[in-house]
Amino acid sequence: MLTLSRVKMPRHNDVADLHIFALFESAATALHVTFSKGQGCGAEFMKHLVSQRAKAKMGHGYMTQKLKLVVVGNGMAPGRMLEHLFDAGDAYDVTIFNAEPRVNYDRIMLSPVLSGEKSFDDIIIHDDAWYKDNGITLHMGAKVSKIDREAKTVTSENGITESYDKLVLATGSDPFIIPCPGHDLDGVLAYRDLDDTNAMRDAAGKGGSAVVIGGGLLGLEAAAGLNILGMDVTVLHLMPTLMERQLDTAAGYLLEKELESRGIDIRCKSNTKQIIGADGKVSGVELDDGTLIKCDIVVMAVGIRPNVQLAKDAGLEVNRGIVTTNGMQTSDPDILSVGECVEVGGMVYGLVAPLYQMAKVAASHLTGPSDAAFVHTETPTKLKVTGCDLYSVGDFAEGDDREDIVLRDAKSGTYKRVIIQDNKIIGAVLYGAVDDGGWYNEMLKSGEDISEMRDTLIFGQAFQGGGAVDPLAMVANMSDDAEICGCNGITKGTIVSKINAMGLTTLAEVRAHTKASASCGTCTGLVENVMALTLGDDFKLPDVETMCGCTTHDHGTVRRMIKAKELKTIPAVMQELEWSTPEGCAKCRPALNYYLVADWPGEYVDDQQSRFINERVHANIQKDGTYSVVPRMFGGITTPNELRAIADVADKFAIPTVKVTGGQRIDLLGVKKDDLIPVWKDLNDAGMVSGAAYAKGLRTVKTCVGSDWCRFGTQDSTGLGIKLERLLWGAWSPAKLKLAVSGCPRNCSESTCKDIGIVCVDSGYEILYGGAAGLHIQGTTKLGNVETEEEVLEYCGALTQYYRETGFYLERIYKWADRLGYDHVKSVIYDDAEQRKAYYERFLFSQTFAQVDPWAERVQGAQAHEFSPLADISSLEAAE
Amino acid sequence: MTVQDNQWITVGILDDIPRQGARRVITNTKTIAVFRTSQDAVYALEDRCPFKNGPLSAGIVHGTTVSCPLTNWVISLETGEAQGADVGKTGVFPVKVEGGCISLCLEEKQLQTA
Ligand SMILES: Cc1cc2nc3c(=O)[nH]c(=O)nc-3n(C[C@H](O)[C@H](O)[C@H](O)COP(=O)(O)OP(=O)(O)OC[C@H]3O[C@@H](n4cnc5c(N)ncnc54)[C@H](O)[C@@H]3O)c2cc1C
Ligand code: SF4
Ligand code: SF4
Ligand code: FES
Repeated sequence: MLTLSRVKMPRHNDVADLHIFALFESAATALHVTFSKGQGCGAEFMKHLVSQRAKAKMGHGYMTQKLKLVVVGNGMAPGRMLEHLFDAGDAYDVTIFNAEPRVNYDRIMLSPVLSGEKSFDDIIIHDDAWYKDNGITLHMGAKVSKIDREAKTVTSENGITESYDKLVLATGSDPFIIPCPGHDLDGVLAYRDLDDTNAMRDAAGKGGSAVVIGGGLLGLEAAAGLNILGMDVTVLHLMPTLMERQLDTAAGYLLEKELESRGIDIRCKSNTKQIIGADGKVSGVELDDGTLIKCDIVVMAVGIRPNVQLAKDAGLEVNRGIVTTNGMQTSDPDILSVGECVEVGGMVYGLVAPLYQMAKVAASHLTGPSDAAFVHTETPTKLKVTGCDLYSVGDFAEGDDREDIVLRDAKSGTYKRVIIQDNKIIGAVLYGAVDDGGWYNEMLKSGEDISEMRDTLIFGQAFQGGGAVDPLAMVANMSDDAEICGCNGITKGTIVSKINAMGLTTLAEVRAHTKASASCGTCTGLVENVMALTLGDDFKLPDVETMCGCTTHDHGTVRRMIKAKELKTIPAVMQELEWSTPEGCAKCRPALNYYLVADWPGEYVDDQQSRFINERVHANIQKDGTYSVVPRMFGGITTPNELRAIADVADKFAIPTVKVTGGQRIDLLGVKKDDLIPVWKDLNDAGMVSGAAYAKGLRTVKTCVGSDWCRFGTQDSTGLGIKLERLLWGAWSPAKLKLAVSGCPRNCSESTCKDIGIVCVDSGYEILYGGAAGLHIQGTTKLGNVETEEEVLEYCGALTQYYRETGFYLERIYKWADRLGYDHVKSVIYDDAEQRKAYYERFLFSQTFAQVDPWAERVQGAQAHEFSPLADISSLEAAE
Repeated sequence: MTVQDNQWITVGILDDIPRQGARRVITNTKTIAVFRTSQDAVYALEDRCPFKNGPLSAGIVHGTTVSCPLTNWVISLETGEAQGADVGKTGVFPVKVEGGCISLCLEEKQLQTA
């Protein structure tokens, strides 16, 4: 007989200790179990568990099976809960149902996806590998419609049933749609998930105008995003000022001014009467006062409702949200709940910081007996609209027993207000200058008496020491308990100790190990400052490499913004993306020029002054300032006439070195700048064009002799190489592009270390890519097999175009593919015929502008200034 | 004909040089790079980067600086000095634009003739 007096049984305020169950379960069939506490319901629960397990393990005699945890909803809250759970061990087999057909992503960051600053891939929290590594079954696009608490199963609309030992409800919330006439018209959107975001992006792609109903955080982020995408945006807000729940009227006014200065039409005190449509599609909005606003889409962002239907149907206690204890347990002891769907302590929450706290508490109760409890804290609000810095926390209603300290600076458009009661800070509203938000919040939380510094409080933390406003000093002054990352509740002390204990040196590592700055990202600067303080000289700045010192954006962002905002000149990019230098530098200008060439074929005029000298003079500058000249030989094939012309040119211009290159071409080295044009003219006359040996673009297609001559040859590798080179020459790409075609797997032209390599086989052609044989050595990866030469051309053209459109400047194809993932590239170019055709067509279109011989153009007189001196005045000075 | 070091020599017209570009002027002993900025200001430097002698006339011009095509050192068009952490200086020559004509002064002593 085993007596378990320590175990708290369900329905007695805590969750059962599942580990202990698991332990004695092995012997459960043979043992009698009695309980000194909670006999009734506990014994029943035990019996159920025991019989279930006994069935599962008949004949084993030993327990190996884990408990089953089912999670409904795959948002940020349960995602975080599972991370904590796996950190603690692997007590559970986890199954997740998610109505959304995708993995867990950072919902907070949908706004940057909307505006084009980030892609969906950038905001994924858990990728496919994470689910696989943790043995999680994820049913995507599966909405749970029924919970059977008796049988302990859940069933989804699409017919999947899973049984559970423990169930977690994390259904989040639904956007509230005002049931006014016309709310169901095509073109009325909510702002909650990726589909909504994509729908807005699609609409914006067609131009036109948008009405956003709701001037809160979500509505304004949507409005700012649509404005960036070029739509005419009107915001309708019921209340007299924007974001009235987070901002006082003064800050709301400043925000309104700022948004209006960007061309967003803000109309407060506006009540929507109806949405008007034509042919089932939105055409406008009518207000209570009869005003009519024409628009093509309506975005409703008027609030969210906890998603409680499922819990209600299952007979769980539901109020505004799913009611839980402060241990996140619902009215059924085997069912927990986390996220926006929860009501705990009479409150529901809509920001991630409290949700993450719920996640931690729930995980702790799932892993063992725990007294972890959810406690309410004030979460600061920040708006993620670039250029609108605002911070608000706590209570800012006016009252007789309250005192306000206000600082306004009309010139810089800043506003600070701190609300004090009984010598303690109870709220703060900051606009324009938000650096001190964290400091005020820290004092708000600790309830520190501020009477000593009342006079200077409003000037901020830096002022208290009398020092200058130095962000690093500010962070240095913070206490270890100061919260750095509000979303994740991470303090300065936690970050410092993790950095020291684990030897972290990059932001990415700190993010991975502490979660600081991993959600909304607004605290990134603070986190970096903590790192700089802790690491001193060892601190390596951002892992997201900015393009250069002229911008805070990385290459990916810049490429996306060029497309999203349709930026078509270098000055336009610099203006719109807020370059910090007037004309960029030698790092960003060539990159921008390439992006514009690649993105707007036929429209963008190549800016010669933003190209490196080699690409400007179409020859390679050598260390002594002379140039090397390489004529193109398609597929490495030449003729006696071409060779004679090359020999003649070398003689005529006294070219010191003639060399055969690794890419099967002939290189004339040591040509003087002033001789370039006449050299090219002679080579042009013999039928040769530029070999582009200087270009970030197609260099060479190297071939072997193949079936024409070689006894092993399976296909005409030389002929195919010539065709490929004729297809690809002239194309600019992020970095140089070298190809090879081998006639059989003996691989005499070294296809397996090229950017793109073809190996001919009896049944057709193997297409390989992503090889490298420079400073870095790496073999190619297979894209796939094709049967005909035409297919080789189409697949290689499409692959090249995909690389051209998404590669970062100077990023070789192997680095690009490493970054995107070889499986991903294959899924786009090899598996998806439609996408492949689209890329190939865009490539062919772009080539119609690119295949012009630069030598011939220059022999005709183009860019003549590059090649001759402005003046030769040596004769003026000769006399002595 | 001979020329004094302080004498202005006309070397071309403004439109001969592309904006954000440069052209070379060949003298007896050296090459001078004449730059034109996006704002149409004109500068003249010895066409030799103080680091590895790269031809500055072949560099990328941004603002009032040029990046050396060989090493990416950034040289000030105004002072000829390397920017940032790099230390070095190349010769600067007086240059002026009048009525669209660019003239240059060769101030190097050894160029002086009687
Ligand atoms: C545009 C935007 C900006 C935001 N900005 C911020 C911010 O700056 N700071 C901040 O703190 N918070 C912000 N938030 C709020 C924050 O994103 C949410 O609080 C948080 O994501 C909620 O997480 P959750 O896990 O509770 O629910 P959710 O992320 O909503 O996840 C619920 C999931 O469950 C699924 N589901 C629902 N019912 C079922 C069912 N029956 N069966 C299966 N699956 C189901 C849903 O499809 C959904 O995917 C923002 C939200 C949005 C939309
Ligand atoms: S790769 Fe094959 S076909 Fe080509 S030369 Fe070598 S052995 Fe012959
Ligand atoms: S291997 Fe080095 S030295 Fe030789 S050509 Fe290449 S870069 Fe120059
Ligand atoms: S405050 Fe949002 S990620 Fe740190």
